[in-house]
Amino acid sequence: MPALVVVAHGSHLNPGSHAPTFDHADTIRASGAFAEVREAFWKEEPSFREVLRTVESEEVYVVPLFISEGYFTEQIIPRELRLEGWDVAAWDSDGTSADHATFRARDVEKTVHYCGPAGTHDSMTDVIVRRAESVTGDPDVGEGFGLAVVGHGTGRNENSAKAIHYHADRLEAMDRFEEVQALFMDEEPEVDDVAEFFESDDVVVVPLFVADGYHTQEDIPEDMGLTEDYREGYDVPTAVEGTRIWYAGAVGTEPLMADVLLERAADAGADVGEAVAAVRRRTRGPEPAAGD
Amino acid sequence: MNGVQFDALREAAPDGVACDGLRVEREANGYVFETPEETRAGLDAAAFEATAAANPWFVSNWHYWQGIEDPARRAYLRWLERADEHGVRERYEALATGVRREWGQLGIKAGLDGDGERIYELRHAADADREIDALDVRADPLDAREIATEDPKGRYRPLKTAPTLRRGWVFAALDGRDLYRAVDYFYPATVANWFREREGDLDVTHYRETATRQTGIYGIVDGLAPEAVGWLAEACCVDSQCLKRREWDESEAEALGVPRGDGEFPCREPCSLVIAAARKLTLLEREGTRTYEFELTPSEKEQLEALVDTVAEGRIDDVREADLGEGANRYRTRFLRAKRVDGEGRLCGVPTREDDRGEDGGDDGERED
Repeated sequence: MPALVVVAHGSHLNPGSHAPTFDHADTIRASGAFAEVREAFWKEEPSFREVLRTVESEEVYVVPLFISEGYFTEQIIPRELRLEGWDVAAWDSDGTSADHATFRARDVEKTVHYCGPAGTHDSMTDVIVRRAESVTGDPDVGEGFGLAVVGHGTGRNENSAKAIHYHADRLEAMDRFEEVQALFMDEEPEVDDVAEFFESDDVVVVPLFVADGYHTQEDIPEDMGLTEDYREGYDVPTAVEGTRIWYAGAVGTEPLMADVLLERAADAGADVGEAVAAVRRRTRGPEPAAGD
Repeated sequence: MNGVQFDALREAAPDGVACDGLRVEREANGYVFETPEETRAGLDAAAFEATAAANPWFVSNWHYWQGIEDPARRAYLRWLERADEHGVRERYEALATGVRREWGQLGIKAGLDGDGERIYELRHAADADREIDALDVRADPLDAREIATEDPKGRYRPLKTAPTLRRGWVFAALDGRDLYRAVDYFYPATVANWFREREGDLDVTHYRETATRQTGIYGIVDGLAPEAVGWLAEACCVDSQCLKRREWDESEAEALGVPRGDGEFPCREPCSLVIAAARKLTLLEREGTRTYEFELTPSEKEQLEALVDTVAEGRIDDVREADLGEGANRYRTRFLRAKRVDGEGRLCGVPTREDDRGEDGGDDGERED
């Protein structure tokens, strides 16, 4: 039975950064789909460099818990895992369509199936919807609601914005929400002016970030005008210029994210059996609203 | 020895069994059962079972180890009970009361379950003599992640092998697999690298090679001079800061003149914390020196030196509030600030730069976490 390794950014400063990675790994561990499930981090331990030697299985599925394809998934992770012969062409991706490719690692006798990041998998769209359901407490949320998908939008990586637009387009096509908008922290259209982009009285705002931290807990709530000072908190929903903003916090904390990781591995050939269905069932539970 | 163990031995006998002095075979004229003390051959089924029953430790010992295939895990668990140093009888006598080993700040006690296989207790080494009732008893090896996240003061521990593990917990009864997992969550990859080192197969990556590999905001760390790499290792990698034993140097040819540490497990390349520190220090090291003129009393100069030393040694919290004999005493330091630091935070009012804008040298504006 193979191992699953979930690779994520982690943090030297924020102890909450690794929490979603551990939570989703635990969900998958409980499903029994893999002999071992291990987490690895760019900023924590085990590092990408050393994680493969910590698993006993000779076949390993590696799934990046990252939002977009780019610097980390295409350069850093393959380099640090020492994937022999890695070339981003192996994914044949247009920026949001990475699938998987198989390599040997140079420092261990293992076969590594390197998968595209969670964030650009189709099932990520379902996680965004689930996040909207969680934060509103309404499993049928959609009618009368706008939905904003928020990305970092840094100019350093064009794929970062692509991933946001990709899911926004898919959500639009679902015809479930009245309006769907892709918004960004530091480029137009900016999340600061969220109310201006929607006609609906209620708007769910879902940041496409893996973990809650500086951006999702401090920057975005203050930029949107939910609060003057993030330390004082904010209500969900909070009325901003006549629009009720339902701020969801980082999408990566949604339990259904575990399903995306599993599906990435399944797409790469892992026999995960009934685990996908089981995880989808198990992660559908009442969630406390973010921002309390 | 239990029935399962004996049945397994009988089934394995035709292929031959050899473990820690026990040899069992099935030959044409019957079973062979050999221990360091005696060799019995030509045994029929009943005599074979009776002989095994008379040597239960050898049978359960074989059964335990034959179930562990992964070479690193096997080597580690055998190291824990000093299997390479002692024979089965001596070891079982020791295991009956528990064989203790330390791994960083972890204290591990190997013992026996009722059938002669192994059970492990894991706690902070400094809690070795505490009653179990006084400790928070854990069972799930994954709990190690939570225990390892914060130090005793509730501060985040970004470095798992920092000597700041909190106390007060115990995993009372883990099997070998779970013990191994718990250790790997406390100190990730340390066993894997220790095993590689034992096998003569540790893949050390030195500073210069690690630095050359970096890209993005870390691409600059190759600019850190060899002398500064030594200071960096002295700052971050000695035993007071990290329990790994540093095996990397400036390069294969150029060793760093800094103690490597006495840790049981090796450090095979600069970690992400060292590289992040190297990035900041590379930027700071680009500054040239300048000559400043300060007016200080001899005691004030010594006080500044004491402040540097106290912060560097992490002893701030040890300085008592009313102990004005300590240079790093808060009242002493506040006095110094009141007397010698002007309203803009400048020592003796001396400008830092010619334009004296007081900006932070070497900050390239990149936010790191």
